Amino acid sequence: MVRSAAVSVQTSRGLAPTRAVLDNGAVLLAKQTSATPAVAINLAMRAGSAHDPAGKPGTAWLLSRVIDRGTASRSAADIAEELDGRGITLTMTVTRHLFSIVCTCLAEDFDAVFDLLADIVINPSVPQTELAIRKGEVVTAIRQDEDNPAVRASEALMAVLYPDGHPYGRRTKGSIDVVDALTRDELCRFHDDRFAPSALAAVVVGDVEVAHVRDRAAARFGAWRRPAATTLTVASAAPASERRRVVIPMMNKAQADIAYGFVTIARSDPDYYAMWLMNNIFGQYSMGGRLGDNIRERQGMAYYATSSLDANIAPGPLVVRAGVAAANVDRAVASIDAEVARMVREGATAKELADSRTFLVGAIPRALETNAAIANFLQTEELFGLGLDYDANLPELLGAVTLDHVNAAARRGLDPDRASLVIAGPYADQR
Amino acid sequence: MRETTLDNGLKVIVREEHAAPLASVWCWYRVGSKDERPGLTGVSHWVEHMNFKGTTNIPRDQVKGIIEQYGGSWNGYTWIDQTTYLETASRDAVDRMLFIESERMASCLYHPDDCESERTVIISELQGGENDPDQLLDQELTATAFKAHPYRHPTIGWLSDLESMSRDDLYGHYRRHYLPNNATLVIVGDVESDDVLRRVEQRFGGIAPGAQPSRIRTIEPDQTGERRLTIRKEGTTAYLKVGFHGPAARDERFVPLLVLDAVLTGAKGLNLWASFRTPPPQRSARLFRALVEQGLASSVSGALLPTEHPYLYTISATARSGVPLLSVEAALVEALNRLRAEGVTEPEVVKAKAQLKARLVFDNDSVTNIAHQLGYFETIGAADLLPHLPSRLAAVTAEDVGRVARDVLAESNRTVGWFDPLP
Repeated sequence: MVRSAAVSVQTSRGLAPTRAVLDNGAVLLAKQTSATPAVAINLAMRAGSAHDPAGKPGTAWLLSRVIDRGTASRSAADIAEELDGRGITLTMTVTRHLFSIVCTCLAEDFDAVFDLLADIVINPSVPQTELAIRKGEVVTAIRQDEDNPAVRASEALMAVLYPDGHPYGRRTKGSIDVVDALTRDELCRFHDDRFAPSALAAVVVGDVEVAHVRDRAAARFGAWRRPAATTLTVASAAPASERRRVVIPMMNKAQADIAYGFVTIARSDPDYYAMWLMNNIFGQYSMGGRLGDNIRERQGMAYYATSSLDANIAPGPLVVRAGVAAANVDRAVASIDAEVARMVREGATAKELADSRTFLVGAIPRALETNAAIANFLQTEELFGLGLDYDANLPELLGAVTLDHVNAAARRGLDPDRASLVIAGPYADQR
Repeated sequence: MRETTLDNGLKVIVREEHAAPLASVWCWYRVGSKDERPGLTGVSHWVEHMNFKGTTNIPRDQVKGIIEQYGGSWNGYTWIDQTTYLETASRDAVDRMLFIESERMASCLYHPDDCESERTVIISELQGGENDPDQLLDQELTATAFKAHPYRHPTIGWLSDLESMSRDDLYGHYRRHYLPNNATLVIVGDVESDDVLRRVEQRFGGIAPGAQPSRIRTIEPDQTGERRLTIRKEGTTAYLKVGFHGPAARDERFVPLLVLDAVLTGAKGLNLWASFRTPPPQRSARLFRALVEQGLASSVSGALLPTEHPYLYTISATARSGVPLLSVEAALVEALNRLRAEGVTEPEVVKAKAQLKARLVFDNDSVTNIAHQLGYFETIGAADLLPHLPSRLAAVTAEDVGRVARDVLAESNRTVGWFDPLP
């Protein structure tokens, strides 16, 4: 029995997606475009790695490898034929907060593909034979990560910034021993506990009418009944009180990776736009902002030197990344320290702020060009409650940031004396 | 779509796409790592880096921000047949983008200090690549499969060449190859064709043509027996790669081989700039079933890339933790031999064509990707392939696929590479 489609419908200017909430709490965001005869479908469940059960990191990730390998009414082979016959790849991603199933299909295949995805979300059967094969893949992937200096440095930095089992400090794929021991029952329990209509945001963008999408979503998700999952509260990590430094020797490698960072702010923080602009000036604008100018352009030390800001539900990190020859590690770290100190001490210039702001505002149409990119943007809007007119408001939000705000954000987010730093590669600590 | 050639030989392609207020400009040069001689390997890629470091009319300190002020992004890449540069930005920036590319074609500076500084950046790029065992194996496999054709050396170059190359080597290479009559300019987006063509003439019309660069004449001799290599190095994971000499993009066997690759490992699409971002649909593909579903490998992939000269069709597999490479290779060879003996089925061909049809749509979802495809195929001398691909795909039969399998997947045509990790 299909229940009524929507209890509330809102629209807005700009991208103007349609948002509907089914009476079971599932959220639908839809936007019709006509540039290509294709549709992007992005289903996100609030069931990311931060929701992994205590002592079982990697649960969400392993489920993401097997959730699409059988449902109550479809075998793995059936699903394989349905997808492959239409040229479709399902991309499963697990971030800290979201478990996402994403694909692009031809517009003519939309109904069949949407139905299949709904079945996968609601009725996965997690066959034992499939689980055994996918576990082998995950274990191999973890072994590959262990041999990758960039991954080792980034994961170790997160563990330093978010210690004591904090959900942001755990490896999303988990560890080999935990993955090996995870059972079908544990995966099914995770699905039962975390997958519910109230945790779902379904986004559809492409060459399909919004009314049709709404009807289809109501038909496929409307009758789904599960109790709402318990709300997850992620605590803020304690700020670092001193500088921390970890070296992971990997003497078989040609180059060292540096990950250097701080716990900064949540996405909901009023300083978010100032922090975003500060980070753009510091480590992104053009080819890596001030960091790229110094380390790549002036000193020729690295192919890349950039920073990224991952403001999240809880305060997230600002991370500097660089890949350098072992002989240049100390000089590169000193250069990062110097740029951090300069940003805190002197702040940005008015020209830098104007340049970064002009770039970020001007880049909005490019960021919203493809169906997949719009779908991803709408998921971010939904996760952080940014509003349906967020794309239209963004220029104003960035425009309201003053140089004082940016410089205050630098003082709030950066401090070389309390930086955390990981070096992974052919480098031995001389200290 | 409009196509024209200026008096100085510059080929220009303009396509209007009005879905978004954007434009993408790509300038393509027919020079890649196959145009390099021993001692100068990597020069094309290094030249690409130098061409972002200021020109006569764009001072070094004004490069940063020149396209960002229009919300734009810029980039470039070098591969075996081509070097290309792009900007995608607001449609208002079209003239600015054309200005940048005209300056890049004729007026780059090559300051000696910048050349030295970039030497270490490129060596860092090379060493970052060597951190990845799969990339290292790919480089060694290619060098083993080719013994005469310059496709054998890596685009980034050999380390000793990067350490010894001079500013004059770089500048000489730039001057020889960066000519209007060796380039294709592509503009796609929310533009008006006549207006754009006028601006192109203003910006590029005054650049003098030059002598056409000499082209390599070497043809790789037929391979007469299997070649093998093994890299033994500390690591955690074993990798297998098998490369077969394959057809160039213009070769009539290319499209049937594209279908064969889809049958074996799932269809990829044909956009080097975009296709790799989405893995292929491959759950029912033959090699996925033979290797991954049997618990021998954690992944398998195929690569058939459109190239000017005959290159490689490569199959790669990551051995599942604890599985010996010998077992992975045996299962792979058995699957390939069965296909050579029995051919492919009609349903497999139907599915492969459906996959390719979808992937060709997905390949063209932005002005950037559309422009890439128009310039890429023009530059490898296969501009006709793209518009005719749907009809050529439709005409492929199971017999065609079986024939190309017997031809290309022969034991005597393959090179087998192992990355066998030491603990």
